[in-house]
Amino acid sequence: MSDLINNLALGFSVAALPSNLLMCLIGTLVGTLIGVLPGIGPLATIAMLLPITFGLPPVGALIMLAGIYYGAQYGGSTTSILINIPGESSSVVTTLDGHQMARQGRAGPALAIAAIGSFFAGCVSTVLVAALGAPLTSVALLFGPAEYFSLMVLGLIFAVVLAKGSILKAVAMVLTGLLLSMVGSDIETGQSRMAFDVPELSDGIGFVQVAMGVFGFAEIMRNLEQTESREIVQAKITGLMPTWADLKASAGAIGRGTLIGSILGILPGGGAVIAAFAAYTFEKKMSKDPSRFGRGAIEGVAAPESANNAAAQTSFIPLLTLGIPPNAVMALMVGAMTIHGIVPGPQVMTKQPQLFWGMIASMWLGNLMLVVINLPLVGVWVRLLRVPYRMLFPAIVIFCAIGVYSLNNSPFDVVMTGLFGLVGYWLMKHDFEPAPMLLGFVLGPLMEENLRRAMLIARGDPSTFVTRPISAGLLAVATLLLVLAILPMMKKQRDVVFTESET
Amino acid sequence: MSIARLFASLVLALCAAALTGSAGQAQNYPARTITLIVPFAAGGPTDVVARIVGDHMSKTLTQQIVIENVVGAGGTTGSARAMRANPDGYTLIMGHMGTHAASVALYPNLAYKPDADFEPIGLAAGTPVLILARKDFPAKDLKEFATNVKANMANLNMAHAGVGSVSHVTCLLLGSILGVKPTAVPYNGTGPAMNALVGGQVDFMCDQIVNVVPQVQGGTIKAYAVGTPTRNPALPDVPTSTEAGLPEFQASAWNALFAPKGTPKPILDQLSQALNKALDDQATRKRLLDLGSDLPEGAKRGQEGLRQLVASEMARWTKVIQASN
Repeated sequence: MSDLINNLALGFSVAALPSNLLMCLIGTLVGTLIGVLPGIGPLATIAMLLPITFGLPPVGALIMLAGIYYGAQYGGSTTSILINIPGESSSVVTTLDGHQMARQGRAGPALAIAAIGSFFAGCVSTVLVAALGAPLTSVALLFGPAEYFSLMVLGLIFAVVLAKGSILKAVAMVLTGLLLSMVGSDIETGQSRMAFDVPELSDGIGFVQVAMGVFGFAEIMRNLEQTESREIVQAKITGLMPTWADLKASAGAIGRGTLIGSILGILPGGGAVIAAFAAYTFEKKMSKDPSRFGRGAIEGVAAPESANNAAAQTSFIPLLTLGIPPNAVMALMVGAMTIHGIVPGPQVMTKQPQLFWGMIASMWLGNLMLVVINLPLVGVWVRLLRVPYRMLFPAIVIFCAIGVYSLNNSPFDVVMTGLFGLVGYWLMKHDFEPAPMLLGFVLGPLMEENLRRAMLIARGDPSTFVTRPISAGLLAVATLLLVLAILPMMKKQRDVVFTESET
Repeated sequence: MSIARLFASLVLALCAAALTGSAGQAQNYPARTITLIVPFAAGGPTDVVARIVGDHMSKTLTQQIVIENVVGAGGTTGSARAMRANPDGYTLIMGHMGTHAASVALYPNLAYKPDADFEPIGLAAGTPVLILARKDFPAKDLKEFATNVKANMANLNMAHAGVGSVSHVTCLLLGSILGVKPTAVPYNGTGPAMNALVGGQVDFMCDQIVNVVPQVQGGTIKAYAVGTPTRNPALPDVPTSTEAGLPEFQASAWNALFAPKGTPKPILDQLSQALNKALDDQATRKRLLDLGSDLPEGAKRGQEGLRQLVASEMARWTKVIQASN
């Protein structure tokens, strides 16, 4: 325990150096900004800023890059809430209730609760990273292909459960998402699948293109046909800050979201995405009145936002303790470290304590800065809703197009986003929810790859999924969840399901 | 795009010519920013080499070299884009063992020929490949490892970082030397593959030294041999494959600079000199050597050295890959 305090003291002494504080501030500011600009994600930004960090001392450079990463998680919720465009896969869930709140004139409380939840999650998970980094890593290593496959099954069940309308439609959307994710190269043979000899499709369809299209562009088209709804949104803007009742309603959700996010963030791959979906589903199940979800429930914003921020922080654990990056942004951090002559790995903690603990302490300071930056900005963002559509929409479309183009420097991606916009519009018109499709799309490749790895390692014996204890446990939870979701539906089929899908 | 770029370069060339009053194209080169395409993700081994070398070359050429990461299809998407760029010296590519040698056998519909469609500039740095196993693998050296793998092939699993990756083709090489066809478990990139090896989900793999130094030093995996003629200063205790009794295993993931076919010779010479200067610079050398890189010297440097390397590597990997199918 005294070790932990000494280490944190060392960390804060490093992080509180004026130059490092400045780096942290720049990082969080840039992160917030790119999080707010749809399409420009942390991956592209860190890649662009990498050469600039050449001249900086390594600790300062990494503090800044880390700031960009978790700053973007903060900023990403802003676009989800205000204009229904998730900039990141982990903020897809936030659109469900967050944008509904904005349409009811409660954008302010939604943004504020996202910031507060994220701050709380950031504080808790910083302590977790410091205290439990090493032991938690060994848990992550227990996860082999079979366990990941079962975890993905569980994730897809979440997607079905969180749907607010017809379960059949949700299942259809999940399957569509899975199918879309199959486009690209076969992982084992490298053979092209469903790419129709289009070279740009040989690596599959990108998440951002699908998300921008079915959420962003489709939302804009839907708004264009309803000119009158705009006035309602403006007229109804009530308070900017959450009320006491809002805070009370969100407190539990923030706590549970933080816990779920911290655990799932450690796992490589879709950790932060599953965390957000799991936290949302869990809240919906916990709620006395689940039908409020998807219609502007504040817990539906608080839980996933806390979860994705907690997961963003704890995803540093495998990087810092093992040197193994759990996602693409972390892989870039590895590159940044190697460029600065630091080889990330098990010995960073002992050989470079000032770097390791300095980064951890800066995460806490960064979270504090973010909440200080973001709470006053809530008013500014909400005012953004008053910008006339004829100016706002072209701006959004242009930012989206630039963002999508900047991912791979490929014009083809911009065309794909447009096509998905049309698909998204059709889906919206026919009451299909895009969120389950996106989850299927994100989890599909992980599910397929791990299924095939598990089968290769087990030499084709499917019992591996139930004989490995962690995998069996996850599958049992998935089955339970599915039963819980289907039972009430069968009982109330006639009244609830049909009226719900009408809305 | 290319018309706009051509127009822009014409305008710039005219301006530059008007300012300096000189007429020769090479004398004006470089008049503006040079784009260096890296066909892999930012932060990966090739990207890091490109950024370190490009940083120093920018100083020599007095023009900024901007890295553009064009990822996809094992690096062949970015390479194809470089092939189609204007051969004016303003678009270069950092190719590697996969994109400019092994790809010929791996991708039957490859859009370019590494030897015919590019002008070699020079070899930048090699990254030695090691033979690795999970930390409790029951073999103390490479000989025991080879015996064990031959005897237990049916139960062992080999990880690699995806079809066409360095870890994939070098493991095919290992398999062909040992005369076995291991069960290959594909991962998405070296990170997840290394995770599986550290976690003991798979038994062995081949990987580039940049990714393995911390794991070997930390004792989370075993390294049996490095596929270069000399030991690597980053891991001095790991024997060479020749010392360990498997001299046929020679594997280093080289990274090299290329320009599109038709780039004028004076420009190529200028770029080769800038590259050589970077490779002679003490600070640049140290950064590359710290990563475990293997730097080219003497005849291996420059345009001719790279031309020969591409020819020999294409022949070699085509044979290994065809034998494994």
